[in-house]
Formats: sequence, C-alpha cells, structure tokens
Amino acid sequence: MKKNIHTNIDQIRNDFPILKRKVNGQNLIYFDNAATSQTPQIVIDSIADYYSKYNSNIHRGVHFLSQEATDAYEKSRVKFQKHFNADNSYEIIFTSGTTHSINIVANGFKKILKKNDEIIISQLEHHSNIVPWQMLCEETGAKIKVIPIDNNGELIIDKFENLLNSKTKLVFVNHVSNALGIVNPIKHIIKKAHEFNAIVLVDGAQATPHMKIDVVDLDVDFYVTSTHKICGPTGVGILYGKEKWLNKIPPFLGGGEMIDQVTFEKSTYAGLPNKFEAGTPNISGVIASGIGIDYLNSIGLEEIYKYENELLEYATKELLLIKDLKIYGFSTKKTSVISFNVGNIHPYDIGSILDKFGIATRTGQLCAQPIMDYFKIPGTIRVSFSFYNTKEEIDKFIKALHKAILMLS
Amino acid sequence: MKIKQIQDEIIDEFAMFDDWMQRYEYMIDLGKSLPLIDEKFKTDEYLVNGCQSKVWVKAELVNKQIVFKADSDAIISKGIIAILIRVFSHHEPNEIIEANTDFIDKIGLKDHLSPNRANGLSSMIKQLKLYALAYQTKINNE
Repeated sequence: MKKNIHTNIDQIRNDFPILKRKVNGQNLIYFDNAATSQTPQIVIDSIADYYSKYNSNIHRGVHFLSQEATDAYEKSRVKFQKHFNADNSYEIIFTSGTTHSINIVANGFKKILKKNDEIIISQLEHHSNIVPWQMLCEETGAKIKVIPIDNNGELIIDKFENLLNSKTKLVFVNHVSNALGIVNPIKHIIKKAHEFNAIVLVDGAQATPHMKIDVVDLDVDFYVTSTHKICGPTGVGILYGKEKWLNKIPPFLGGGEMIDQVTFEKSTYAGLPNKFEAGTPNISGVIASGIGIDYLNSIGLEEIYKYENELLEYATKELLLIKDLKIYGFSTKKTSVISFNVGNIHPYDIGSILDKFGIATRTGQLCAQPIMDYFKIPGTIRVSFSFYNTKEEIDKFIKALHKAILMLS
Repeated sequence: MKIKQIQDEIIDEFAMFDDWMQRYEYMIDLGKSLPLIDEKFKTDEYLVNGCQSKVWVKAELVNKQIVFKADSDAIISKGIIAILIRVFSHHEPNEIIEANTDFIDKIGLKDHLSPNRANGLSSMIKQLKLYALAYQTKINNE
C-alpha cells in the first residue's frame, strides 16, 4: 500500500529524527538532499540492531551469528536486484559509494582499451565521473570526447551522435545532473552507443532518489549509485553490471573474499559478486541500505516524484519573482534541484546567511567545475528537495533569501 | 596605534551588537572601506590559498611599515579581510609577526562563520603574517 505524501507528511517527517533539530536556534530546513538524504529511524535502528544482535563476519563462519549476518547481507542484495529489476542478484555489487563503483569499471578497462580508442563523457559530469576516465586515458592512450550542453544545460544529442564512431569504446553519462537536476535521455544514448558496440556506464546517483530504474529496460551495461541518497547510511554504493561485462573486467581490490584458490604462484578469482567485494564489507551499512530502499518503496517512487515535482514547481515560481535571480538548467524533465544565483552576489555569501537561518543549502562549484566554466560563474546556490520537505519550508527559505539579499546588496 | 589597541577597539565595536545579523551587517559595511588592490594584481600570484571564495592580498613596504591592500569576490570574505587589514596594516613587520590574534575569538567571528570560512580566515591571517616575515627577512639581510 503506497502512501499519499500530502496526507501523511507529519508521520513521514516524524520518521526522520534529524528534522527535529535546531540549527543556529532555528528549526532545521534541510535543502541539501542531492548531497545526502536524511535517514529514517528504522534505518538507524537497523544499524544498532546489527551491532547489538548479530555482528559477525559474513561468508566465512559456520557459526550462528555469521550465518545470520550473511543471510541479512545477501537479502539486501536481492532487494536491490528486485528494485533495479536486474536479471541476477550477483549482478549487484556492493561498494563504498558511486565513486568506488565508477573506479572499479574504469580500472577494469585498463587492459581492454587501446591507444586512440575513444571515451565519450558529458559536460554535465560530476568530478567523480571525469577524473577516473582521465586517469584511464593517461594509462591507455585513449582519448576523451565531450558531449556539449546548450544554454539551458541540456545535452546536445545531435553532437553526441556525431561523436560516435567505430573507435568509441565507452560512454559515460549521468542520468541526472547533480548541479542542474536535468534528466538526460539515457535510453536513447544507450541505444545509439550500442549501435557502435560501445559500452555505457550511467551514474545514477542523482536519479535513484527520484525515479524507478529498470536496468533491463534501459539495456544499460553498468549503472552506479550510492545508498546515502536513498535513505541508507553513508559508505555504501551499488555497482550494477551486466554479467558478461562483470566477468570480463578484473577485480579492483585484491584480498580476502574475492579469491577462489590462493597459492604463492597464482590466485584464481572468486565468481560474481565476491570477485569485487574484497575484504570485510560494510555489513551493517549494506543491511541498513536494504531497509532504506524498503522504506522508500513503502512510499513509492512515483508518489515521491509527483510530490517533489510540486515542490520544484512551487519553489521555481517563487524564486523567479526575485529580481536579478537566475536559475541554471531549464528542461521539461528535471528532478527537484534548483541551481541559482542572485545578481553578482557570491553564492557563498548567500549560503552563509541562509545557514544562520537554519537552512542547509549547497554552494559553490558542486563538484562540477566544467558546468560552472560553461556558464562563466564561480558557482551556484543549490537547493534540492526530498519527499519530507514542505511548501512551508520553501516559504521560510524564500523569506530568508530576501533578507540575505537585502544584507548583501 | 599599536596592533593591540586596534584589536581592543574592534572588540568594543562588535560588543555593541546583540545578534549575528547585526555583526554580519557591520562586517559587510567594514568591507566597503577596504583599501582595494589594483585590478591588475587580481591574479593567482596574489590569491590567498585555502579560501573557497577568491581573496587577493598585496603588501608594500612604506616608511618601514607594511601597507596591505586586498579584495574579494564575496562580500563576507571582503569584510573579514577588511577587519584583518585594519588590524595589521601600517605596522612594522616585526609587530605583525608577533601579534596575537585572540581578538578573533573575542569578537565571536569564528562562531559565526561556516567551517570553510573559518579555514579561510586562518589562511588570510597566515598570508598577512607571511608577508611580514618576508619583509622582515629582507630587512635583516640588508
């Protein structure tokens, strides 16, 4: 049974203890959800539960606790398999976060790429989806090609199609831009890339909190995200990969759990998913992430998208009434993220004043310097809404913003 | 006026305000009286490392005293550097090097700054003292 957010908003807000906090003497208004979403009590409880009742190492003990922990850990994998509609649970790899997931794939292609092969990334990428590929290119001699954006911040798809050729081996693009909130047409990008046999990795860190992802329908080769943006704890990421690609790329970290046979001459690797999960993983975090995704699904991503879209439209409308305010990123398909500046006021100045009013926003380059360079700005103020935010909070934010502008003009 | 006296003066000024908003407004006002660095010196060479917004500082030795000029692309940072320059400018290098910076805590400035801005404040103080050190070394070698 899915929840109507409007009629259940008090109960939903009650599920998140942090929302009761006072910051600088004011009720916290948390608008930095695109960086980290808050954690419901049941997820926090599940971490305490793990350490109070069945803390032990997984996959290697015959004893009761180890079995219980292993079952809970693997149950979490199945939850994410179902959530992303993956064919097999072993195609879901637990990592420490999106960045770790991307690095596993980038490292995996070191031996596969050749000199002058081409990698396509977009101008919208987060630094974590630029730097690993630059490192890969430095080692292999492959070249990076960039999909440009237009003035609205949308990818220019014609230019992307022109970049594709027989040398294109990999395409990396985010599903939703972290800085602008624009939803990219990844299904089309994947289809076009596959026509040239290029492999596609999609960074879904900003998409998974807002929409249902079906990796089979998308036909995506790799899809990555972090669970701290979907009601889980920090320090857990997901790497979905098609079985054939996960089998093809070598492990990233060597150590326990990822091996089959070890002699001093040679070790053979374990099968999926253990090959990529060397050492003791973040067991409590993975289990808690599973509880987090259950919580999110109990409300329902369709309902969440609808509700957040109302907040987005309301806040956009209110913001555009402010003189000299400019919003970056216009598209009919956006998640609940607004990046903006007011006149020539530095985003840090506005962010600092908003903080004094207990309002958490993100300011600066948002780990996306190429976008800021494109718009020739030092950064932006970014507000990002979650399903536990309200219009009343937006009203308070607009009021505080007016005060900040008055002080800083 | 000695550095210590200027610091006491600033402590008194900030003590007049009851809340953070007035302190911020005052700081922003102080920023407006900052002796500005010439546009041509707004280059990486004069940039203070460790600030998230851009802060440029340049020093000159005039009649044995150091004179600072600065600017920033953010208004609050401009206020912060203006306070520091009011304290440290027009003093001999040795006095700047030896100056205590307790007044920052006394005016509650750090409590009102985000951690990033507080780091930037430390970087600015370090930069001003480095200039003083460089001039003192030059004087000693002459």
